[in-house]
Amino acid sequence: MRENTDVIKVRNAAYNKYVNNVTPKTNIAKAIFHSFAIGGITCVIGQAIGDIVLLIAPDTPKDMVSNITSMILVSVAILFTGLGFFDVIARQGGAGSFLPITGFANAMASASMEFKTEGLIFGTSVKMFSVVGPVVVNGIVWSSLAGLINLCILGMY
Amino acid sequence: MQVLQNIGTYVIVFCVGGLLCAIAEILIVRTKLTPARILVIFLIAGIVLEAVGVYDYIFKVCQAGISVPIVGFGAALAKGSIEAARTVGFIGAFAGGLARTAYGVGIAVVMSYIVTLVFNPRTK
Repeated sequence: MRENTDVIKVRNAAYNKYVNNVTPKTNIAKAIFHSFAIGGITCVIGQAIGDIVLLIAPDTPKDMVSNITSMILVSVAILFTGLGFFDVIARQGGAGSFLPITGFANAMASASMEFKTEGLIFGTSVKMFSVVGPVVVNGIVWSSLAGLINLCILGMY
Repeated sequence: MQVLQNIGTYVIVFCVGGLLCAIAEILIVRTKLTPARILVIFLIAGIVLEAVGVYDYIFKVCQAGISVPIVGFGAALAKGSIEAARTVGFIGAFAGGLARTAYGVGIAVVMSYIVTLVFNPRTK
């Protein structure tokens, strides 16, 4: 029995070595540079949209400008997901493609499209939040906590 | 002068946005965290920044560089919640964040549904 476990251990070690050999080595510096570039470009596009909105309607309040910016970014990202362009960006971009709000939109749209075959109610509607659910849930919980704590501190004096 | 200032802003936006994404990429490569966890970490970082009151000063300097990444989403949630808590009372803390970010989340849900109806998923 003892020998048997040793054999299994040796086999596992050999297998792990093989897996490490076969896994393609990602060039870390290159990946970081790509995500830097893609993330930066996305943010610049967001800034440009905000500036253009301010050019068209200078009286728009600041909150509304950021809302409109994120709405336009989200709709463009979802359209790109539908057309299949976003996969090309995501393959290159890594973190640069999922950290901005466009990645949030892409995760939502791709999850809902993937489960279209299971029907609109039990496929699309159920699975739409399967990837972005953690973000929404944690966001609501922690922001509510922030509001409550802020109120408690303010209420003391 | 105005043009130079604009170019400076865009350079800062590019650098800050890129830096945040580079940090996320390093986290993926080094610690094997899944993207969902990293999204949540950055989101909570945004909420904490807003709750402490630092976010507004950062936003004045780096504009879209900090508001387009998910950090800005978290900050908007926290800001809405805090503002509603101050005006409405403690009930507002639960609704304010959602009300403020409802524009983005609402259009994301509607557009996802429409895109799902229009396009078919392609095989990879």
